[in-house]
Amino acid sequence: MPEPPSSVPSSSVLDRFRRGDPDAFEALFREHQGAVYGWILRIVRDTAAAEDLTVESFLRMHRACARFDPARSFAPWARRVATRIALDWLRVRPSECEFDDEYAAALPASPVADPGVVAEIRLKTAQAFARLPPRLRIAAVLSLVEEEPHKDIAAALGISVTAAKLRVFRAVRLLRKDLERQGITP
Amino acid sequence: MTAHRQIQIDEKRNDEKRIKELLQQALPPIASHAEPVRDLWPDVQRRLDAAPAPARALPRSLPQKLPWFDWALIAGLIVFAVAFPATIPVFLYYL
Repeated sequence: MPEPPSSVPSSSVLDRFRRGDPDAFEALFREHQGAVYGWILRIVRDTAAAEDLTVESFLRMHRACARFDPARSFAPWARRVATRIALDWLRVRPSECEFDDEYAAALPASPVADPGVVAEIRLKTAQAFARLPPRLRIAAVLSLVEEEPHKDIAAALGISVTAAKLRVFRAVRLLRKDLERQGITP
Repeated sequence: MTAHRQIQIDEKRNDEKRIKELLQQALPPIASHAEPVRDLWPDVQRRLDAAPAPARALPRSLPQKLPWFDWALIAGLIVFAVAFPATIPVFLYYL
């Protein structure tokens, strides 16, 4: 995840955004769209969907501008809104269609891949991942794949750090069981 | 007992490490500088033009929205105070 933009928006921009000023909203959009898009892309792993969800996230922020506290930072708030939108998307999207043979063929050769791992194992792992409940998928992908700190995951999901760790642990356990059922012993 | 617990912790760590390796091979991490390939602002603007304007922020001194149960509690307290006015000083004492 790219770090939130280093230039912190001035409190006047945030205050104007809270009052519904369109210029302040555009300024915040320009500054944060990359970070929000990158965060959503890490969760949904689909560029077209990430673009749509980025737009949807900023529209949600625009609608909720009156509830934004200008004394707080914009980036964590934006990330939390984006995470909620991405979670909703994962909930309605049928997970079966995400990872098929076409997906496996398109996978780049991973530099960390050990030679014994064949395409079939990668595909089965991706399919097992797709079968996880969405809230566990988010925690797993951000923690295990993207290696985001538990603190950031917890903040984005609006839960405690302990709850975030627990979700990752449960995701690992479910993935192991699923892979074992498919004849893969992790 | 402690050794057994340590073994369990090590197993859990190895398990997580192996699953992590499998996941990273199946779902390659996204580049940290991922950016949208096009400007998304026109999309936002189009959607904004089609939607009604957002609610303006209320002055900070006013409560923005009270849930229905707060109103129910206030109504209950008023009814109670009207029915049993002698209890008002007792309530005030304990506030």
